[in-house]
Amino acid sequence: MASETLTSSEYIRHHLQNLTFGQHHDGSWGLAHDAAEAADMGFWAINVDSMGMTLLLGGLLMWFFRSVAKKVEAGVPSGAQNFAEWVIDFINDSVRGSFTGRSALVAPLAFTIFLWVFLMNLMDLLPIDLVPELAKFIGASVFGMDPHAVFFKVVPTTDPNVTFGMAFGVFFLVLFYSIKMKGLGGFVGELTLQPFGKWAMPANLLLEGVNLIAKPISLALRLFGNMYAGEMIFILIAIMFSAGAVMASLGGLLQIGWAIFHILIITLQAFIFMTLTIVYLDMAHQEHH
Amino acid sequence: MNLNATIIGQMIAFALFVAFCMKYVWPPIMAALEERTKKIADGLAAAERGRHEQELAEKRATQVIHEAKEQANEIISQAQRRGNEIVDESKDNARIEGDRILTSAKAEIDQEANRAKDELRSQVGTVALAGAAKILSREIDDKAHTDLLEELVGQI
Repeated sequence: MASETLTSSEYIRHHLQNLTFGQHHDGSWGLAHDAAEAADMGFWAINVDSMGMTLLLGGLLMWFFRSVAKKVEAGVPSGAQNFAEWVIDFINDSVRGSFTGRSALVAPLAFTIFLWVFLMNLMDLLPIDLVPELAKFIGASVFGMDPHAVFFKVVPTTDPNVTFGMAFGVFFLVLFYSIKMKGLGGFVGELTLQPFGKWAMPANLLLEGVNLIAKPISLALRLFGNMYAGEMIFILIAIMFSAGAVMASLGGLLQIGWAIFHILIITLQAFIFMTLTIVYLDMAHQEHH
Repeated sequence: MNLNATIIGQMIAFALFVAFCMKYVWPPIMAALEERTKKIADGLAAAERGRHEQELAEKRATQVIHEAKEQANEIISQAQRRGNEIVDESKDNARIEGDRILTSAKAEIDQEANRAKDELRSQVGTVALAGAAKILSREIDDKAHTDLLEELVGQI
């Protein structure tokens, strides 16, 4: 909840600012103290909170499934193995349904994307001020920082860097497999010789190029947009808590309702990201015309 | 929310996690799943085979029971026949033995009777002689009368 010294807009801005580490204007390296400073750092800066959360969640994910994989047995499964097998079966079915070729990469890729994105989205359901306040407390008491300069965006997928990072990763795989399966010539031909035949190459290239570029952009922006909007609504609801008992109780109801609805969104967005990845890679493996 | 180097860090992290998953997580679990699928298929096949064998065994068991019953009936009838034979044989033996005992008893009786007759016969002559001698105390030709008497004894 907003502390008394913050206005609503300051509260919102505080929640939407990443904890950015980079080079200050004066040449020294450090954390940005406000949005302007963070923007000033240019490209060679890093969002500590996003990176930290993605690595933490990815690490947890891999640790859990690795610990299952280490003592997996073909007999009667129990406990964690049941759960892991259920998830893996579900993803394997999805991959088999959409991906027609044979690849050792696609299924683990889809698995990583789905569960990782799901976990990152899931952070949206944590109470909105819990982790930022915790970070503020730790930052202020352990590192001696100005409490107002400790930003923490707990949902990594509301950071476009994260979604674009994964989308570009998928995009490179699409390019790689397109060239690997069709050859460089085949891939270029696919970009330039259709749909209008070889006399309309520029028009073809424009259309197919947009088509190609749209894949990672839409992949990244869909996830980012959905999670950003969801997070924004949580923030707006949280502002209601400081507006009197009636508004606060209404806000509580809204909070519950939106959180329940959001369970659907976070799962759906993770699933869409995974499915589209599979479909794009399937398209990269196939000759179209 | 600026685009910055986080995007590169994220791509590296993404690649690492996917590679890790591809190498250390996915294959063992999939292998286990496939192995179980195979095990289940094998188990079902074995169950089918077992059921088939059981059917055969049941059929065989019915047959064996049937044969055993037939054999038992045969044995019983044989035994009955043999029993009857034994009874008949015993009866015959008993009759023969009885006959034998009877004949030997008869022979003994005959023998006894003959001996008694002989004794009687030998004594009758003496008694008759004594009687005759008393009645005819004199003038009797011993010789002629003895011949007469002997003839008489022979007739008895």
